[in-house]
Amino acid sequence: MGSNSLHVLKGINFSVEEGELVAIMGSSGSGKSTLLNILGMLDELDEGSYDLDGVPIKNLNETKAANYRNKFLGFVFQSFNLINYKSAMENVALPLYYQRVGRKERQEKALKYLDQVGLKEWAEHLPSELSGGQKQRVAIARAMAAEPKVLLADEPTGALDSTTSYEVMDLIQKINDQGNTILIVTHEPDIADMCKRIVHLKDGIILEDKKIKQVRASEYV
Amino acid sequence: MFSRDNWKEIFETIQKNKLRTFLSGFTVALGILIFVVLFGFGNGLINTFQSFFEDDAQNLIFVFPGRTTEPYKGYKSGRQIEFDNSDLADIEKNFSMFLEYTTPRITRGGLVSYKNESNNYSTRAVAPSHQFAEKTIMMKGRYLNSLDIKNKTKNAIVGRLVEQDLFGAESAMGKYIDIAGSAFKVIGVYQDDGGDDEERRIYIPYTTRQLIEKNTDKVDQLIVAFKPELGYAGALALDKSLNTFIREKKYISPEDQQGIFVRNVAEGLKQSQQFAGVLQLIVAFVAFGTIIAGIIGISNIMVFVVKERTKELGIRKALGATPKSVIGTILLESIFITTVSGFVGMIIGVSMLSSFGEKLKDFFITDPYIDMGMAIGATIVLIFFGALAGYIPAKRAARIKPIVALRDE
Repeated sequence: MGSNSLHVLKGINFSVEEGELVAIMGSSGSGKSTLLNILGMLDELDEGSYDLDGVPIKNLNETKAANYRNKFLGFVFQSFNLINYKSAMENVALPLYYQRVGRKERQEKALKYLDQVGLKEWAEHLPSELSGGQKQRVAIARAMAAEPKVLLADEPTGALDSTTSYEVMDLIQKINDQGNTILIVTHEPDIADMCKRIVHLKDGIILEDKKIKQVRASEYV
Repeated sequence: MFSRDNWKEIFETIQKNKLRTFLSGFTVALGILIFVVLFGFGNGLINTFQSFFEDDAQNLIFVFPGRTTEPYKGYKSGRQIEFDNSDLADIEKNFSMFLEYTTPRITRGGLVSYKNESNNYSTRAVAPSHQFAEKTIMMKGRYLNSLDIKNKTKNAIVGRLVEQDLFGAESAMGKYIDIAGSAFKVIGVYQDDGGDDEERRIYIPYTTRQLIEKNTDKVDQLIVAFKPELGYAGALALDKSLNTFIREKKYISPEDQQGIFVRNVAEGLKQSQQFAGVLQLIVAFVAFGTIIAGIIGISNIMVFVVKERTKELGIRKALGATPKSVIGTILLESIFITTVSGFVGMIIGVSMLSSFGEKLKDFFITDPYIDMGMAIGATIVLIFFGALAGYIPAKRAARIKPIVALRDE
């Protein structure tokens, strides 16, 4: 565990409206993941301020951060991060467990979200029995299950082939169509083009921030 | 923290991580099992050891007469010392506050017969209190009593093997046996833990023996039982003053090594108690070591478990697990496993011990046992330290930033 500090973000000023689908782009080391982790309260900021849904996020203790993450945020990771000894449904139900939702309701909701990502039949399968694309869809279902304000995806297609990537992007776009706010970190231009806004980072500052015309992933599927 | 939902989550985790569960459970169960068995064996050793000394009473001083080797107060050396009834009476009078009881003993060998069966047995003429000194256990009838002494009755108490030898399947009770030409009525049959020899003896009233031997008042040995509350030091002091008292009365030089002999059982008793104490200490040390080893074992596994679960904990934290719930999950799981396996190990150990019983007597282990409170206490200690050992890494894991935990591969 390195305790060396590194100045990564050097003045980022931007805001995201409700319902946006934002791609954060940049080469490796540009600070895009760090930005996402700060937004996700997985990492702490040293300076500046961060408001989420009107709530200033600062000086959080672990318990408070955990509650905010649970209530406000859904995560999708490049390496899926499913718990390998839990079935797809149990994985999706986990955030609800931390919301103290009852067991029955948890399972119903988990099934509902698995159905939305088209994996209802795979509910009882372990992650090891699923393909990469399926795992990512389970992870997206899990992120959605807590009904968060913002969905944060760190290279959600980084470990997938192009066809599967487009399937996953199609799913993300559909979720966005329902009015959910989504931030995606990616370095693939074609994935970024499927968002509604692209923020280019370089060496810790915003190089470019533009709204674009969204390319529908369904055209490629 | 103890809702049904939490338990369900823990059971699922346990079920799906069988190796981990087995490892930690096995360590604890084995630790407790070894502790219980070792401790039990230690107690079994002590049991065996104590049984060596249990045959006779432990508070006895034996006084034997000898032959003087030094002249003293006008008496020549080479004089045979003899005790008589008055010696015992004097001892009782002078030392009454220290004594529990006294008894003379006159031992004679000789042929004893019943009908056509006969054999050589040693016959001890004693007072009723001799029963306590020898720890004679009555199987049938009664021991000698004060009326037997007063009336000089021809009553005899025979050993279990004497009855077997002379009477076969018959009962000896009420039958008359011939002891060196005199007929004695058998009024009791006894057993003794001291071995076969001790059950091949016959006890008769000492007054009867004295009457048979030309109405003498001589006795062979004096047996003096002191009050147990005197303790070892008190017994030694009594031993010493008794020695002086008899030497003075019988005109024996204080320097004479052969005039009389005083043997104090307390000395042997003290050694046996010391030995048992050392055994107990060794057993306690080994048992303590086992528990420490168990604690270290469970601590290692807990550190490993938390390390192995770092990424999972990171995921859980990203999904909204609070530090409290992370610690709770790990701790409850570990406490549950250690409690169940601890008590399983304890029960296996205790039932193993009780199944041994007398089987290990060849290895000087008799009736190994462990105090239930001790077994449960040790189990609880192990559970407690297992929990503590889990708490420290769990707390650290709960503090790790989720982003660091997620990066853990």
